Amino acid sequence: MARVRTGVRAMGAVLAAVLGVSLMGCSSTGGKRAEERAAEEAAVGRSAVNTPRWTFAMVTHSGDGDTFWDIVKKGAEQAAAKDNINFLYMHNDEGQQQAELVQTAIDKKVDGLIVSLAKPDSMKTVVAKAVKAGIPVITVNSGSAESERFGALTHIGQDESIAGEAVGDELNARGRKKVLCVLHEQGNVGHEQRCAGAKKTFDGTLRNLYVDGTNMPDVQASIEAKLDSDKSIDAVVTLGAPFAAAAVKAKRTAGSKAEIDTFDLNASVAAGLADKTLGFSVDQQPYLQGYEAVDLLWLHRFNQNVLGGGRPVLTGPQVVTADDAEELAQYTNRGTR
Amino acid sequence: MTAPGSTAVPDGADERLLRTSPLRKLLGRPELGSVVGAVAVFVFFALVADSFLETSSIGTVLYAASTIGIMAAPVALLMIGGEFDLSAGVMVTSSALVSSMFSYQMTANVWVGVFVSLLVTLGFGAFNGFVLTRTRLPSFIITLGTFLMLTGLNLGFTKLISGTVSTKTIGDMEGFSSARKVFASYLTLGNVELKVTILWWAALVALATWILIRTRFGNWIFAVGGDAGAARAVGVPVIRTKIGLYLGVAFAAWVSGQHLLFSYDVVQSGEGVGNELTYIIAAVIGGCLITGGYGSAIGAAVGAVIFGMTSKGIVYAEWDPDWFKFFLGAMLLLATLLNAWVRKRAEATT
Repeated sequence: MARVRTGVRAMGAVLAAVLGVSLMGCSSTGGKRAEERAAEEAAVGRSAVNTPRWTFAMVTHSGDGDTFWDIVKKGAEQAAAKDNINFLYMHNDEGQQQAELVQTAIDKKVDGLIVSLAKPDSMKTVVAKAVKAGIPVITVNSGSAESERFGALTHIGQDESIAGEAVGDELNARGRKKVLCVLHEQGNVGHEQRCAGAKKTFDGTLRNLYVDGTNMPDVQASIEAKLDSDKSIDAVVTLGAPFAAAAVKAKRTAGSKAEIDTFDLNASVAAGLADKTLGFSVDQQPYLQGYEAVDLLWLHRFNQNVLGGGRPVLTGPQVVTADDAEELAQYTNRGTR
Repeated sequence: MTAPGSTAVPDGADERLLRTSPLRKLLGRPELGSVVGAVAVFVFFALVADSFLETSSIGTVLYAASTIGIMAAPVALLMIGGEFDLSAGVMVTSSALVSSMFSYQMTANVWVGVFVSLLVTLGFGAFNGFVLTRTRLPSFIITLGTFLMLTGLNLGFTKLISGTVSTKTIGDMEGFSSARKVFASYLTLGNVELKVTILWWAALVALATWILIRTRFGNWIFAVGGDAGAARAVGVPVIRTKIGLYLGVAFAAWVSGQHLLFSYDVVQSGEGVGNELTYIIAAVIGGCLITGGYGSAIGAAVGAVIFGMTSKGIVYAEWDPDWFKFFLGAMLLLATLLNAWVRKRAEATT
């Protein structure tokens, strides 16, 4: 009995200590409280229409815990709240699994479907089936070439070639001569298009570097090795926000003077732009892809509206630099940019 | 049979000759627990998810189960034989890539590619079995090596030959439509769409069960998995049995691979990683012991059904996908615990 009591007492003491420390050691910056304040400031979504509560499903090729798709989802949810939509989100990075998820959405007889076509061939049959079942389909993010052929209403996303060309132009404007384009998913068609687009408009030389995107230390080591072996590289372009951070570290250890530029935006990229560790970022506005997809489906259901006239509706590229960074920081912090 | 006081032996009769009632026999089967688990999962989702019971959903769930089940049957046999195959998931993709690329590059009839792929895939299986029996290293290491090599080969070869990560389309080639009928057609009954993989699955499970229960090879599998040394001592050809089991997995990988190819007509080279674990999970839920020597092919099929129902049921129930893996794990754990509990009760009463 005595031993039990000492145990309880010891545990109580530990608890008290933890509580005490956490109360005394309040952080005046960041953390959950700051986030809650930001959330309060952001408009809280509330249904603005009294159309029937339709169900829309979004099925993407995102892997688990992908920051980019989280922002797409936030946009979609915000629009769904406003449009009185029951919004379902599903994802799988395997083509066959993604197709099966679309099939479950068809089984559920949803009123609208949003899909990404990163692996168009796996999705062809099942999208056709949805269209045949009378479900309006909107494609987002990837698949601008296939969208119309598959019978989708509209495609909302960025044209990867055009985005790449914008990078080439920006690099010219910044007077760069020798650039490294870092691809983190070997053979991802969209990634190849980005680097190819940049190569097209860029006046200097641009080389591709393939890295294993699921292994961050490897990404850093590969870039570092490349910067070490060629000191004349004066810019590195990464194709995703998390890889820019790895490139910055690689640059530091390699003692290189190269400018790091990137595709996509997140809080740390915004901070990097502000303190000039990053040159510029090409944003394709994922929030917009989710928001517009849901909104356009609603418009189609409500009013038979279609946008784009059979051509993709572009959400990017928007080139973001240090000038925009400060203003963007609050949005990246709440996870909507 | 040895539990004291559990059987009433009539005076003077030999307890070994005692007739067991069909119910008792049923209780002794390794898949009984998993059947109870499957019923529980079914009832759960029928209550929780509205669209789970719709007829069109049945086709979807069965299809999901069949793609796992085709592989789970030979994987279960392999596990009863005391070995693992971590390369099974990627081998499916390899098999699809081989037939697609061979047909395209040689501009051959698609069926030629399909049979070349059968030979190549059986070659992978034979490689696994041969290296395993020759080196006597654990199958975990051997097939992990094969897994990584195949992953690299898939990407490397595809990039080398077609320049991108996916193969070129073979949908317009001769023999495609007949091959599609065999590997990826479907039958519509009312508004239920039944894929041909369900037939392949049923056939493979029947074949595996027949081998396991009715043939000498089946006895060898149990013997090898129980105690390879003892099996060898009584004259069981251990090496031949193990190579045969790996060939079985390779054959099923070929069937799944061809399904993948002919349902989409192009193949992504990076797919299949991680699926090997799903097959093993299905076999384990179905009552196969990880240590070997015990299990059944029907159990593996029921395991695949549980996996299919759970993974699709969660979607039908509209649960937050962020928690998907957690729900999947929890459901599988509960189904398996129920399975183990039922088996224990069954063993206590026989």
